[in-house]
Amino acid sequence: MNPYSLLNLLLALACAPFLLTVINRTKAFFAGRQGPMWFQPYYDLWKLLHKGAVYSRTTTWVFRAGPIVGLAAVLMALTLVPIGDVDAPLSFQGDVILFAYLLGLMRFFTVLAALDTGSSFEGMGASREVLYSALAEPALILGLASVARETSRLSISEMQEAVTGTLWLQSGMVLAAVTAALVVVFLTENARIPVDDPNTHLELTMIHEVMVLDHGGPDLAFILYGAALKLWVLGCLIVGMVLPHRLLGASFFSGALSIVAELAGLVVLAVIVGAIESTMARLRLVRIPQLLVGAGALSALSLVLGRWVGG
Amino acid sequence: MASLIQFILIFVVLTNLTLLGSSRRSSCIRLVAAQGILLGLLPLVLPEEGLTTSALVLALASIVLKGVVFPRLLLRAERTAGVKREFQPIIGYSASILLGILFLAFSMWLGTRLELPLPLRSLIGAKLAVPVSLFSILIGLLLIISRNKALTQVLGYLVMENGIYIFGVSLVREQPWLVETGILLDIFVAVFVMGIAIFHISREFDHMDVDQLTVLKD
Repeated sequence: MNPYSLLNLLLALACAPFLLTVINRTKAFFAGRQGPMWFQPYYDLWKLLHKGAVYSRTTTWVFRAGPIVGLAAVLMALTLVPIGDVDAPLSFQGDVILFAYLLGLMRFFTVLAALDTGSSFEGMGASREVLYSALAEPALILGLASVARETSRLSISEMQEAVTGTLWLQSGMVLAAVTAALVVVFLTENARIPVDDPNTHLELTMIHEVMVLDHGGPDLAFILYGAALKLWVLGCLIVGMVLPHRLLGASFFSGALSIVAELAGLVVLAVIVGAIESTMARLRLVRIPQLLVGAGALSALSLVLGRWVGG
Repeated sequence: MASLIQFILIFVVLTNLTLLGSSRRSSCIRLVAAQGILLGLLPLVLPEEGLTTSALVLALASIVLKGVVFPRLLLRAERTAGVKREFQPIIGYSASILLGILFLAFSMWLGTRLELPLPLRSLIGAKLAVPVSLFSILIGLLLIISRNKALTQVLGYLVMENGIYIFGVSLVREQPWLVETGILLDIFVAVFVMGIAIFHISREFDHMDVDQLTVLKD
C-alpha cells in the first residue's frame, strides 16, 4: 500500500463538509444572499456532537445502530476511491461491486432506523427512498460495468487510471453517457434537487430528510457527516471519470498536481450542483422514476454502445 | 468522417429514446426535426468518393422537408388542436424507455445476424447503420401503436421513415437518389394529408384521440 494513499482519507475526512458550503454559497449567490460562513457545517457538527441524544421508548438497538453503521459503511467506501494519481488505500479486483453495496448498506440501515421509530411519516420517507434507490442502483452498476468494459479493469483505482485522454477520444460517447447517468445517480443518492430538496424539513414531498427526523445530537452529527462523505465519495467517482489522468499518453496530471486537479473538479461539481438547485424546480414525485429510468437507460445504452463501437 | 457518422447515428438513438420518454408534444416535434436535419447531412458524409450533385440535392431536400416543412406543419396542427400533452399513453413512459432499450439490444443482435452482400460489408457506415435503422423502425412502430393521439402517431411514422432512410442512404449506394426523392415526396404528401386530417378530427370532435374513432358506426 502506498503511504500517500492515506492522504486520500485525510483529505476526505477534513474537507468533505466543505463541499456543502460550496453548494450553499453558490445557491446564496444565485439568490443574491450572502450565504453561510465557510466553516458553517463544521460548527454544526461540533454543536451536535456536544449535545445529548433523546431516544424514544418504542425504538430498539436498530435505531441507534443506524447512524453508526451508515458512517462506517461510507468510511469503508471512502477507502476504495482514489484521488488523482494516488491509488486508493484499498483496491482489489471487483471492488466496484463492494463500493456500490457499501452505499446500499448505508441506505439500508438509515431506512431500518427510520422504520424502527414506528412513525408513519418516516415510513413514508423510507418507502420513497427505497423506491428511488432501487431505480438508481441499476444506473450506477451498469454505468460502472460499462466503464469496466471500456478499460477492461475491475477495480475503481485501476479503472480511473485507465481513463485517459486517448480513451476519451476513442469512446467519448460511451464515457459521456456514463458520466451523465452518474450525475443523476449522484443527485439522487445525495438527496439533491431535482429528486429531493435538502431544504424542506417539513414538507410532505421530502424523502431523505424525513427519515432522519427522529435522530438528534451525536447521531444526527454522524448522519450529516456521513452524508457529506457520501457526497465526496460519489463526487470523486464522477470527477475521476471525467478528468483524463494521462492526456495522449504523456502523464498530464501527476502527483500533487493530480490531487489539486481532482479537488478543483470536486469544487466545480459542487458549484454545478448549486447552480442546478438554484435554477431548477424539484420534479413531481411521479416524474422522478422516469428520470431515474432514463439514467438507467443511458447506462445500459453506454454498455451496448461500448460493445458495438468497440466491436 | 467515421466519427461524424458515429455521432449522427448515436444522436438518432438518443433522440429516439428521449421521444419515448417525453410527454410534451412540441418538444417531440422539435426532436424529430433535429433528427431529420442531422440525417439530412448523412449523404454528404457517407460517400468515400466525395460530394456528388445527387447527394447534395438529396441532402438539401431532406433537410428542408424534415427540418423545416414538417415541423411547421405539425406545430401548426398542434396549435389548432390545442392539447399540449399526451395524457394517457397505452404504454407508460418509463415502460416505453425500457422497451426501447430491449429493442436496441434486439436490433443490434439482428444487425449481427443479417448477412449483407460482400461489397456492402466493407462500407464504413454499414456496421452501425443497420442496427440504428432497424432500431428507428421499431421505435416508430412502438410510437404508432402505443400513443393514442394522432399527432404523436405521425411522429412515429416519421421516425420509422428515418429508419428506412438510414438503411437506404448507407447501404444502397447505386441509385438511392430516385428512390429517396420518391419516398420524400410520399412522406411529404402523407404528413400533409395527416396534418389536415388532424385538423379536421380536432375541429369535428374537439379532441384528436384516435381510440375514440373505433366507436364510430355507420
